[in-house]
Formats: sequence, structure tokens, C-alpha cells
Amino acid sequence: MSELQTAPKSRRNTELLLLLLALVVGVGANMLVGLDQDRAFDQDFFAQSITLAAVALAVHVVLRLRAKYADPVILPIVIALNGIGLAMIHRLDIATGDAAAARQLMWTGLAIAAMIALIWLLRDHRVLRRFTYISLIVSAVLLMLPLLPGVGVELNGARIWVNLGFATFQPGEIAKITLAIFFAGYLSTNRDLILLAGKKVGPLQLPRWRDLGPMVVAWLVSIGVLIFQRDLGSSILFFGLFMVMIYVATSRISWILIGLLMIVFGGFVAFKLFPHVTARIDGWINAFDPEVYNRIGGSHQIVQGLFGLASGGLTGTGLGQGRPDIVTFANSDMIIAALGEELGLVGLSAIVLLYVLLVTRGVRAALGTRDSFGKLLATGLSFTLALQCFVVIGGVTRLIPLTGLTTPFLAAGGSSLLANWLIIGLLLLISDAARRPAVPGPSGASHAPRPVSGVRGRSTTGRARTDGNRTHNTREVKQP
Amino acid sequence: MNQAIRNTWIIAIAMFALLFGSLTVVQFFEADNLNANDWNSRTLYKDFDKNRGAILVAGNPIAESVPSSDDEFEFQRVYNEPELYGPLTGFYSLVYGATQMESAMNEELSGSSNDFFYDRILQLFSGSQVAGASVELTIDPELQKLAYDLLPDGVKGSIVVMDPKTGNILAMVSKPSFDPNQLAGHNTDDVAANMAKLEEVPGLSPFTNPATESLLAPGSVFKLVDTAAALESGKYDENSKLDNPAELPLPGTNISLPNFVNGGCSARTTADFSFALEQSCNTPFAQIAMDLGEDAIADQAAKFGFGESYNIPTNVTASQFPTGMSDDLLAQAAIGQYDVRVTPLQVAMMTSAIANDGMLMKPNLVRTVRAPDLRVLDSPKPEELQRSLSAENAQLIQQWMVNAVDRGIANRAAIPGVKVAGKTGTAELLAGSEGNNSWFTGFAPADDPQAVVSVVIEDVDLATGSQLTSPSARQLLEAVLNK
Repeated sequence: MSELQTAPKSRRNTELLLLLLALVVGVGANMLVGLDQDRAFDQDFFAQSITLAAVALAVHVVLRLRAKYADPVILPIVIALNGIGLAMIHRLDIATGDAAAARQLMWTGLAIAAMIALIWLLRDHRVLRRFTYISLIVSAVLLMLPLLPGVGVELNGARIWVNLGFATFQPGEIAKITLAIFFAGYLSTNRDLILLAGKKVGPLQLPRWRDLGPMVVAWLVSIGVLIFQRDLGSSILFFGLFMVMIYVATSRISWILIGLLMIVFGGFVAFKLFPHVTARIDGWINAFDPEVYNRIGGSHQIVQGLFGLASGGLTGTGLGQGRPDIVTFANSDMIIAALGEELGLVGLSAIVLLYVLLVTRGVRAALGTRDSFGKLLATGLSFTLALQCFVVIGGVTRLIPLTGLTTPFLAAGGSSLLANWLIIGLLLLISDAARRPAVPGPSGASHAPRPVSGVRGRSTTGRARTDGNRTHNTREVKQP
Repeated sequence: MNQAIRNTWIIAIAMFALLFGSLTVVQFFEADNLNANDWNSRTLYKDFDKNRGAILVAGNPIAESVPSSDDEFEFQRVYNEPELYGPLTGFYSLVYGATQMESAMNEELSGSSNDFFYDRILQLFSGSQVAGASVELTIDPELQKLAYDLLPDGVKGSIVVMDPKTGNILAMVSKPSFDPNQLAGHNTDDVAANMAKLEEVPGLSPFTNPATESLLAPGSVFKLVDTAAALESGKYDENSKLDNPAELPLPGTNISLPNFVNGGCSARTTADFSFALEQSCNTPFAQIAMDLGEDAIADQAAKFGFGESYNIPTNVTASQFPTGMSDDLLAQAAIGQYDVRVTPLQVAMMTSAIANDGMLMKPNLVRTVRAPDLRVLDSPKPEELQRSLSAENAQLIQQWMVNAVDRGIANRAAIPGVKVAGKTGTAELLAGSEGNNSWFTGFAPADDPQAVVSVVIEDVDLATGSQLTSPSARQLLEAVLNK
């Protein structure tokens, strides 16, 4: 029996230190932007810096109160990314005369407030499990909203927006969270059934037809989004999310293979049937064909983005010194090209590394948490962050076709900011559950890690599994 | 379940690894290609936001960048005395790119040459812009102005003044000229409209410098090449007697090549080199060429710089001596007709080689390149290009060219009390056309040449041509000697 116990530390002071560092990065970048234009300390700068610092510290305080053991690295990374994004949007505003930074700042505040509310009210992510099927309904409603006449708006060829009066909103961004909750809830409950039933053909364990339900939902959502909303990026994102969650729940490669076959089929049909998909693929493969380049909706944007990245080279032109404003949608879809131009390969690699770290911390939370719902949710949400980066940066660098996804936390866009901050809120809660010390009782394994009022009503199967998992993870505690 | 989560993480990491790969490809391996792409206006934008260095003549800017407040670019390129220097500076245009000195010295002017490596490192940290280097030309502003004024408006012509000992170009003008400011504006529609107007001007191509890039029939100034080839072959010397018939039947044809009817050539049927050059007789040189053969003439032409293009640093088009000619065509080529084509600078170069006792210096337009802190980055030294002929033979030709001015048909270039050497040329353009290319090339003083002057007036009648060439050269040589 081990005599050693590493006393669990909250690491909140580490977070505070890293948070200050992240603010130095974000505010410093914003200062450089202004310095270059000889307007270093204007009103925008102070508004942005103070707001960013205030909301960052507010989250920190809330974590101290409500999720003491949350991962200390996640929040600083996201604040740094959000700050860099604000600085670049501010920089592009100066070039174009836009006021996107003010909107982004407002949404940052709003998103963080929503996340604080989530952490404060939810306290424990397992509560969400009760909303498994409600989440499915909410997802369906959110995805359909843009299609409703009078509510939905079509922008730049994709019908994924709703008009809120003061702003437009992309409900699909929120749907990726509710769908993740549904899948995590459904799969954690029905995991055993899905796993054990079904025929074995060679090395592949095939699922039963009736257990294919979630797979069909996943496929329908992805293809539906592609057909009705003409949004290739979200379609890829949803499908990737589902595949990963099904894989994590079952550990079966066979499911992935079935899913991939379905998506290849769907993708091929879409390529043949839908001109907007064909155009995307064409603009990717024949980007430097003059005819494709000059076509409306052709490869002009991606080629200009590549020029931007190339002119940045290794070290970049320096903030404010390049011409990222030449690229269309420089502050949203193409913000990676803008950052690459002014910060160079070195700066952009640092940013990508922040994402790597963020995804890794999310996966770490998934590994550490004791309940399978939390594991599934954390893995799924972390993976969506990675997949968004891959689809956007891969698209901008012409690794894959360019689709209209936003770079998490960097790109201008309120819905994306709100959704991604909520994801961070959930990851913080799950990491808190993962790192929180188990309360050793007199009889050890007889009760849940920590009594949570909200979890009382959950099903017995859920409780059994949670407890079962916990026994594997219970730390050795030196008995007095 | 945890194993599957770990595998998912590996997939995510693999995706990020792909991203690092593709970023590295775009921003590092493919960056140069992308930056050079024709669709990439970014390089141009970047350059137009730069404080580009000035092009200077005797310390005064003839092209400079001044802060531009009224549009999206930080600087506006301005040309001073634009028409006087237009063909030299070229232009720096958003629409049409850069030409001439603006193009040839672009790395220095824009501050992107390797000389600026440390400044750029410093810029990374200071955030301040690297300003471009200034380029001082070898041009003498007074000679340049004089030469320009000596070409009347409405004619097409060029004048090159060169120091034969260093290769430095002291003046280089052409008419018709143009105002590069019209092409340097930032309003692309205006610039395109201006370009359309300039291209309608007869005889003007705003993209080229006629003195270094237009190829013209040289006429009799090519006889200097024949003479050099004859002397260098060893078959001829200063005492050689040359047949000088009034007409020379061309082998294999029923036409004959005449001496100029009204000239002094008819006075003698045998001539020496001096007489043949003084009076610019055709038949002796046609016979020499047929005697020596095409290769010998071509070799001598190459030693004078034919067949090569040069960067001085602006581009100089290669002058041409045709190959594979039958004897009758060779005879015509020998007097600078048929397909022989030279740039005005080439004529100045071969004259310089003769003036400089046979050594051809590399022509050069740049005196110094200076960083914004006035540190000298480059100052080209005189460079020997090649020996064109022996010193003895060069001195013989020098004397004969002096005779051509003293008592020959180049006499209108004579300056009292100074030994001026010269050779005229008249090239017929088309059978039946009144127009000729009228040439003069010469130098003074013959024993210590200070400057070579080559003048060409294109497509004029004989009388106007001879009025505008030799007398103009005299005035320029006087101006050089009076300095």
C-alpha cells in the first residue's frame, strides 16, 4: 500500500499568474497595433484592455468560488486567444474603418457572462445528463430556425443565420453543444447495449440495426445542414463530433468505418448535386486557374489569403505593418491569414500550439473525470475545437477545401464566440470534477465523489456506472 | 474508454501536425513563388507604403518619394524634371510596374537588398520602417540639359555622352520623352488613361529607353568596325592602298554598291584608310569585308560589344551583326546597312574603345548607392569589359577620325584649337524613303579624350540630319572641355 499522497492543489494561483501573462499578450498586441498607427492609447485601446482584463479576472474569481479545482491552464489560453483576436480585429478596423472590434468586445463580455452563469448555476456537468432528450429537441429547433421565413437570413450563400434585431446569430454554433450533450447522454446510457448486441463478422463487431439510431441522427443532421443550409463547414464539424463520440463510447473502429462510408457516399452525392459544394472543391483544386480565380465565389479569397501568409514568411511583417485588409473577410473567415501575415510562421505556430495545449487539457479532463457522460462530453467538445481549427486553418492553407467556419476565439463573430466560451465553461466544470479530490469516507466506495444537489434525480444505471468508474480511480489515501 | 480518448487525442494531434506542415509549406517553402505571383498586388502595396529611396543627379533628386496624405498609400513617387530624365528613371507604377532605373535598382531603392539585413532585424524590434537607399547617377545635369535641348522637339533621336576612360555615362537623353509622373499616380483609372495617351505619341514607348534599347541601322559609323577588323587581321596597315571605285558590282547580283554621288570620294580611285574614312567612301569597306569574310567582321563587332546585352544597371539590348550572309549582303552590312542594328549606346561604346586606346570600359550609370544614414553601400569602380583592339591600331583610327573632322565630312564638329575625332553615318531606312538615320560619333581631345559623344537622329532628311548631329556633338564636347 502506497504511503504517498499528492495532496490535490487547486492551482488557482498558477491560473492567476498565467492569466496575467495572457493579458500581457493580448493587451500588448493591441498596444502594438495602436503604436504603429500613432494612436497607441486611444479610447478603443483602453475600452478593450480594461474589459478583457475585467472579464478574465471575473471568471477567475468565479472559479475560485465555484470550481476550485478546474484546470488552471484552460482559461489563460482562451483569454490569450481572445485578446489576440481582438487586437487583430482592432487592427483591421483601423485599416477598413469598421467597428468590428467594438462588437467583438461586446460579444466577448456577453459570452463570458453566459459562461459565468453556466458555471455558477450548473456547478456540476452531470446535471446536463438529465437534459439528454431535451437537448436533442433544442438542437433540432436551433438547426431549423434559420430555415423559418422571417426569422432566418441568408448571408454569403449560407442560410445559417437568424435575425435578432440588433445582430445576426448563428444558432448552429449553439447546436453543436446541445448535440454533444445529447450524444454524451444517449451513448453513456446505452453504451452496454450497443456494445454487446450485434453480430460479429470477421474482426468487425457490427451493431444491431436498432442501435444504429444515433448514427442515423448524426448522418441526417450533417447532410441536412449541408443540403438546406448550404454550410459545408458545419456539416463536417457535426459529423466529426458524432464519429468521435461514438468511437469513444464503443471503442469500435467498425462504427467509424460505417460512418466514414456513409459520409463518403453523402459527400459524393453532394459534390454531384450541389453546385456550391462543387464550386468549393473546384476552388480548392484549381485555385490558380485564372478562370476559377476570376469567377465570383471562386478561389480569389483563398489565393489572396495564401499571398498574405506568404508575405508574412517566417517572422511576419509585424502587427500593423502588413496589408491583411486586402483579403475579403479578413477579420472572420480569414483571420488566420491576417495573423500569419503579420506574426509570421513563428507567431502563427505559437497560436496553433495554444490550441494544441487547449485541446490536450480538454482531453486531460476527459481522462480524469470519473463519469462516462463527462468523459464523452469533454472528448467531444475538445475534439470540436480541434476540428474547427483543422477545417479553418486547413482551408486557409489549401490543405482541404475552404469552408465557412470560424477560428475559435480569434475570428470576429458573436455566435461562435458565445458557443466556444460555453464549451470552455463545460470543460472547466468537467476538469474541476476530474481534479477534485475524492472525499474519503469511512467505508470508501459507498458514495459519490461529492454530493451534488443537482445530481440527485439521475437514473440508477448512471449512478452505478459513475460509482463503478470511481473505484478504479480512487486515490490511495493514507488512513490516519 | 480511456484508451479511445487517448486515441482521439492522437487523431487531434495528427490534425494539428498536418496544419503545421501546411503552414510551413505556404509560409516558407512556397512563399517566394506566392510572393512573385502576378496576381499578388501585396508586394506592390507593400512597396508603395515604403519610403523608397531617391534617384539623385549631382545631389538633387530626380525621383523621390514624398508623404502622400490623400489616399491609402503612405508615399507618392514624384519625378522632378520628368521629361529630361524620364527614359533614365523609368517609372514606378501601381498599374504598369517598374521600369528602367526604378526596376534595375529596385532592391536598393526599396531597401530589400541584402545590404539592409541588419536594418531589417532592427526593424523587427523597433517597429520602424526601413527606408530605401538613394541611388546617385553618373549623369552631369548640365550636359544632360544641354543634350536634351539640342534635340529639337518633334524629332526622334538620342544622345549619349560617356567618359571613355571609366565607362561612366555623363548624359543620356532621348526624344520624344514623357512625364513619368503621369504613370506614378495611385488612381489606376487615371494612370491607364494617361498611358493610353502616351502610347499614341508617335515614336514614343514609355517602357523603353531608346538610347539603350532601340535598335537602329548604323550606316557609316559601322566602318569603324571594318577598319578595326582590317588592322587587327594583320592584312592591312596604315599604308594599305584600297581600291575606291565609284561603284562596286555586288557578286551574284546585277546591282552595284555606289559611293555617295556628290561626295569627295570620286576624287580618287585608290584611297588609304584616312581618305576613305574622311570622305566615308563605301566601296573600300565593302571590299575589305568581302576580303576578310563575315567571321572576321563579326568577331571585331563582338569585341566592341555586339551580341551581348548589358546591365548598366538598366538593360541594354544586344546590338546585332547578321550571320550567314552571302557576299553581296556582307558588302551592304559592312557599310552599316542590311540587317546590322545597333543601340545608340553601342555606338558610344565602340567609339569609347577606340578613344581609350583599345580598351572597352563597362558602361555605367550608377555613381553611389547610399543608405538613409548616408553610409555608402556601393560605389561601382570603373570596370574593363574587354580589349577591343590593340592600342597601336586604336591610335591609328583616332588619328583618322581627327582627320575626318579636320578635313573630312565631319568638319562641322570641329572646335578651334582642339583635336576633335569623329565619324558620321547615314543609314538609309527603306528603298525609296526620304528618311535616314543620321549619326555622329566622336570624342575630344583626341590625345586625352574627356568624353565620347554619340548622336543619332532617326528618320530625317539628309540636310536636317547633318545639321543636328555634328554641330550638336561639337557643342557638347565644348561644354565638357569648358568644365
